[in-house]
Formats: sequence, structure tokens, C-alpha cells
Amino acid sequence: MSQAPLRRYITIFFNGEAYSVPHGLTIMKALEYAGFRFTRGSGCRGGFCGACPVVYRLPGDYKIRVGLACQTPVEDGMYISLIPYVPLVEYVPRREELKPDAGYVLKLYPEISRCVSCNACSKACPQGLSPMDAIQAILRGDLRKAAELTFDCIACGLCSLRCPAEIRHPAVFRLVGRIVGVYYMPRSRSVEQRVKEIESGRFNNAFAKLLSMDPGSLRKIYDEYLKTGRLPGDLEV
Amino acid sequence: MSGYPPEVRKLIQVVEDTRRDRLKAPAPRRLTLEERENLVKAWHPDYKPELKRPLRIGVSKGLVVYSVIADILESWPIVKPGDVDLTNVDYDADVLIIGSGGAGLAAAWWAVRSGLDPSRIIIATKLRLGDSNTIKYQSGTQAATGPDDNPIIHFLDTIAGAHFTNNPKLVKVLAEEAPFIIRWLEDLGVRWSRVGDDLERLPGGGATRARLHCSGDYTGLEVMRVLKDEVRSLGVQILEFHPAVELLTNPSTGGVSGAILYNLDTKEYKIARSKVVVLATGGLGRLHIAGFPTTNHYGATGDGLVLAYRVGAGLVDLDTLQYHPTGVAWPEAILGELIPEKTRSIGGQLLNVKGERFIYELEPRDVVASAIIRECVEGRGVLTPTGTCGVWLDTPLIEVLKGPGTIKREIPALYRMFMRHGIDITQEPILTYPTLHYQNGGVLIDEWTHVLRPSGEAIPGLLAAGEVTGGIHGRNRLVGNSTADIFVFGRRAGIEAAKLTRETTVIEISLKHLESFIADLKSIGVPEKRKAPILLPDYRGEAVLKRIIEL
Repeated sequence: MSQAPLRRYITIFFNGEAYSVPHGLTIMKALEYAGFRFTRGSGCRGGFCGACPVVYRLPGDYKIRVGLACQTPVEDGMYISLIPYVPLVEYVPRREELKPDAGYVLKLYPEISRCVSCNACSKACPQGLSPMDAIQAILRGDLRKAAELTFDCIACGLCSLRCPAEIRHPAVFRLVGRIVGVYYMPRSRSVEQRVKEIESGRFNNAFAKLLSMDPGSLRKIYDEYLKTGRLPGDLEV
Repeated sequence: MSGYPPEVRKLIQVVEDTRRDRLKAPAPRRLTLEERENLVKAWHPDYKPELKRPLRIGVSKGLVVYSVIADILESWPIVKPGDVDLTNVDYDADVLIIGSGGAGLAAAWWAVRSGLDPSRIIIATKLRLGDSNTIKYQSGTQAATGPDDNPIIHFLDTIAGAHFTNNPKLVKVLAEEAPFIIRWLEDLGVRWSRVGDDLERLPGGGATRARLHCSGDYTGLEVMRVLKDEVRSLGVQILEFHPAVELLTNPSTGGVSGAILYNLDTKEYKIARSKVVVLATGGLGRLHIAGFPTTNHYGATGDGLVLAYRVGAGLVDLDTLQYHPTGVAWPEAILGELIPEKTRSIGGQLLNVKGERFIYELEPRDVVASAIIRECVEGRGVLTPTGTCGVWLDTPLIEVLKGPGTIKREIPALYRMFMRHGIDITQEPILTYPTLHYQNGGVLIDEWTHVLRPSGEAIPGLLAAGEVTGGIHGRNRLVGNSTADIFVFGRRAGIEAAKLTRETTVIEISLKHLESFIADLKSIGVPEKRKAPILLPDYRGEAVLKRIIEL
């Protein structure tokens, strides 16, 4: 094995206090190294769940930057503040209450009509999405496009915190995704067909036969199946 | 954006210098079955007897499990009988569901559908609703929905993939109900990936038909988005940041009648009394067994095993775990996250520090993982900037072999993941090492998710579904069967819970089951400071922990 590289330490500031932490860690891991143990603000730790939005700034720069604590590496002199919870008022209608039109979305979330296309939301998005384009798509009545643009939204809420129009993007996008999923996607006939076959008992005899076998017999059948691509006659359905 | 530090850049030079020769050289030959077995037995953690030990107390005394699991099973309860006031009940419910991943949410939904009053169903969850391994699943859900496929073939693939060690009755339920689950989720509005009017079906290791149903690269995100919405809209009671620390039992029957919950913010205990408890607590990757990083979410600490064992649940196959061969070894930010198998199937080569291939890349998962571990232990690994060991996965080679643009087209999520950390995998190789992925075994259950004692008798009032359970996947799980499992058996748990509540009238609660357990703990001299469930891993730095004073 090659020589272990020396660890470089940097200084970060959290809640105003300075901490010396190894270079190369994420904000989340650096804070843990410094002695913090998370209960809130840590979820999947892989960038999928949106539990760990963070705001920070870098030395010599007044700009507030945003990211996910589990995905953003620490930098020397970074000032960090965590946002464990974005208190959005959300509506969660029942599926039967969903309506496949943009007017319905606007009625629940009227503030989207105040979008000034400033694009602050897109600049804040740690997923690199364009919430602004999605909001504009809704205003044009194109829910399908909006759902497509926001499919990768992890609902961290950073866009809403930046929005001058107070738009509740994650809630809006979830609603639009539900509407499109329920009303706009074609139903798969093959799945329906298979479920009917199973319910009609088509596989009952074969399963009864399989459940009566010991592992050795099952192994023989599978070996034969791998060689020939065929199951024994009484298992063919 | 930093990319690789200079000392690693020097090591990458070796990969680049050997690439041309490796293009011409034949691939390492496939191992014979005997060679595979020898390699796995020599290096795979499942075959390291020093990592395991027999349980010394409890209903499965003598059963060999990973020592880390034995340690949490042989731990003191967080609350002892007499510590808490059980006469003051905080929550009264028909069904208490512990955990809010795919299994817990499916159970809640189907309990409502089966006629229960949603306000009488409580989901108690450790972190936020839906914080789970389910939200991270990418590769899809197995279900035999294709015209060339059927549940019989799915059954056989699953049994063979586990080397004929699973409970066939559970596998039948899995294979027969998985297509129904795909339709159910479709009805709820899950946007499965489609080809034309039909659902897309992708191939997966060990499956002889293409039957993985996915939702782009964010399958779990989409499914959980829909299920969380559904469960919230139905009006089910949700208690976030309230993990369960102990089950409550009826003192006369030994059946389960609720749980002691713990408010992670205020550190208060809460008493939840219920006719039925559904354990849907998930797996244990955050125990970092054998020191491995993990793909699992922050709360995956094996709590359900601890709780169930104390009320007498049988356990199965906890001497085996799934280590995915290619986890991220560096950067630290994404340590342990998955590098999909596809990266190797489209030409990525595994290399040691000398730039040599050391295994045929598409051997079974346990074989590849073993070979990577061998290279590191024998000193041919690559030291990462954080001091851990890994091997190279030569990704730029993919573009040489298959043409520029292949990576962005075939493995876009991986490309984006590394770009976030300044590494362009079309230009530079990546560092990989096996990662702890899945708890194959768990609590013994029957087809309707009743938790069983080792004798096979059901524990009244206790159901379990998902990764916490064992038997479905035997000693090795196929890709996409875990998410079929959580929805198929989560649904069954919800339906069965609704049925059981109608048969239950009296609910008495106690911690009586702990009396003999505590006596056993004392008899083997377990120190009282060893407590479980551990709830969350402790990643605080050593320098801090050395000086810590817990008030």
C-alpha cells in the first residue's frame, strides 16, 4: 500500500464558534467530528431525502450560499448554519380530491402567480433543477412539463427560503407530481392482465407442486431450467 | 471543487499508463465454482468466524450471529420495569406501526383500506416520516409482470439466488403478489418508467427475466413521495422523532400491547398502548459491522431485532449480510454510496494499486467483494486521502471501449454524483470498496407477518414486515426483491393488523417480559452501560468523546 497522506486540518465556524476539522469531510461529517451528534437534520446521508439543507458563506465573500450538509465538502473559513426544518404550510388532499388542471393547483397555492422569474429558486437548488421553469409551466397550464422538470426534487425547501414571492415549491411540485401520476400516465395493460391471471388461480397448481419439494429437488429443477430454458411439464403454465 | 489531491493524481498515473496494455490483454478468466468458494471463504466477512458468536441468552440461545448483532441483542433495556409510569398512557391506538419506510407506510395504508379508523392508527418513526432505506432505492422492484415471465420463474430465481435457503412459503407470497403491488402503486400515482404504453422492465443479477420496475434513477424517492402523501391525506396519526425503545406486553399472555416511545428532542418517554404492533424498523447498516461503510440511512441501527428478541421472537440468518462489492471509497462525502453494477457490465475494470486486474469483474457479488478485500488486506490496495483502502474502478476505459458519451448516457446518476465533488469519471477512475448494504435475515415471520417464537408459535399482537424480518431472502437477496418484500408484506401486515384488532378487546400493558431477560443479562455479566436499541450511530470525533461528560 502507498504511503498515508498527511491529514490537513481547516477551520470552520458553526454557531459562531471555530472548530478545527479534517479537510475533505462533508459539513455533516465535519460537525460530527467536532462533537455534534445529529438528531434532526440528518436522514439518508446520500443526497436523496432533503433532510439537511444548510446555508453558509465563505471568507471574503458576503454571499450566502446553500447546499445539503451531507453532500457539501467543508472549506477553510466556512461559516455554517443548519436548517433542520422548513416550516411550509402544505396541503395534502386525498387522491379523489385531486383535479387534473392547473387552476386547481393555483387555487391551493395562489402565490405561484406572483412568480417574478427571478430564478433565485434555481440558483438555490442542490439538485440543479429549475424550479422557476416548472412554476412557469404550471402557469401555462402544462402540469406534465412541470412534473417532468421536478421529478428529481428532494423537497429540501431551499428554493422556498430564497423565493421573493413566498412560493412553496416542494409542496406545489409534490401536488403536481401526484396529479400527473394519477391522471396523466397511461395504465399498463400487461400488469392488469398478470394480476387477473394470478387472481384466477392460474399458478396455484404449480405453486402447490413447488411447495411440496425439498431444496434438493428445487435445485435440480433450476439447474435444468438454466440449461434448457424450460420448466418441467407440470410447472409450465 | 477539489477533485483528487496531488498524491492521488500520482497513483492515477499508473492506471493511465497501464490502460493501453490492458485493452489488449485478455480478461481475467472466470473462476471455477471451487475457486469462488475458496476465495469467498478466505475473505468474505460472512466466513470470518471471529466476527460471530453464539447468543448467550434469550429464546435463540446458541444461535450464531454477527457479534455486533449479538452485542445489541444482549444489551440492557433503556427503561427497566419500575423506571416508568405505565398507568399514564399517552397514546391509545388500534395499531401502532413502528417505522415509516416502505413497509410501515404500506401497512398503514392497507390498515385504513381494511376498515380501521385512521385516527386509531399511529406511525411512530425515529426521524421524519419516510426517512428510511426505501427512499434511497434506485434499481427498481422485481415483479413478474412481463408476457415472457411469470411468478413461478420469479419464485425459482429468488430461491436459487439464496442458494435454496429461504422459506419457500414466504417466497411464494412475494412472487405471487409483487405484480399486484406494481399495479397498486401505479393506481396511487407512482410514475413507473415506461416504454410506450407499457412499463419498462430492466434485467437484474440473478433474475432470468427482465422484471425490475423503476422510476428513473429515483425510484424510492418517487414511491415514498406518493406513499407519504397518501398516508398523510388519510389522516393517520404520525409521530416523528419518536423511536420505540421497548415493546409493552400483556403480563398474562406475553402478547404485545404497545411500546415505549422516546422523544428524541425532549428526551421524554411516551407510553403508546395498542391492540396490535407492526414492527417495520428496517435494517442495521449503521452498525458498520466489520468496520464497513454503508449504503443505509442514518437510523438503520437494528432496533427492531432488539425489541422483538426481548419479547421472545425467533431469529434467522443473522450470520449473513449483504456487502455490495462496489461502494464509494472516496470522496468521504459519498463514502459507502452505491456504484451500480452496470459500471462494470459496460466495461469498467477493477484494478489494484499496480494497475493490475485481479478478478473477472462480473463474478457474483460476494466473490467480487472478497477479491477487493483480498487486494487491500494483502497490501495491493490504494490508500485513499482519508486513510482508508480501496481499489480503482477504471471508468474512463468505458469511453475508450464504448465510445465517448457512454457514461453520461448509461450511468448518468453516478456521473452527477462524482461531478459534485469535482471528479469527472469520464476522465478519471474512481476508488471503490465493498459497502454494507442489506440485512438478509431477521425476525421469524409467517405468511401473514405474525412474528413467531422459535417454536413456530405466533406472538399475539406482534406483526413485522420489511428488512427487519428474515426468511424471504434466505442467505442472499436478489436485486429488487427487497422493495417487492416491503410492499407485499407491509400490505399483508396492514390487512392482518386490521383483522387482529377486531379480535382484541382487553389491552393490558407491562414490562414483565424484561424481568427474566434482565436476570439473564445479570447472569452473563453484561455491563449496565451497554444499552440497546442504540437508535442512532455515534460519529463524534475521538478527541471529543475522550473528554465527554454526559449529564
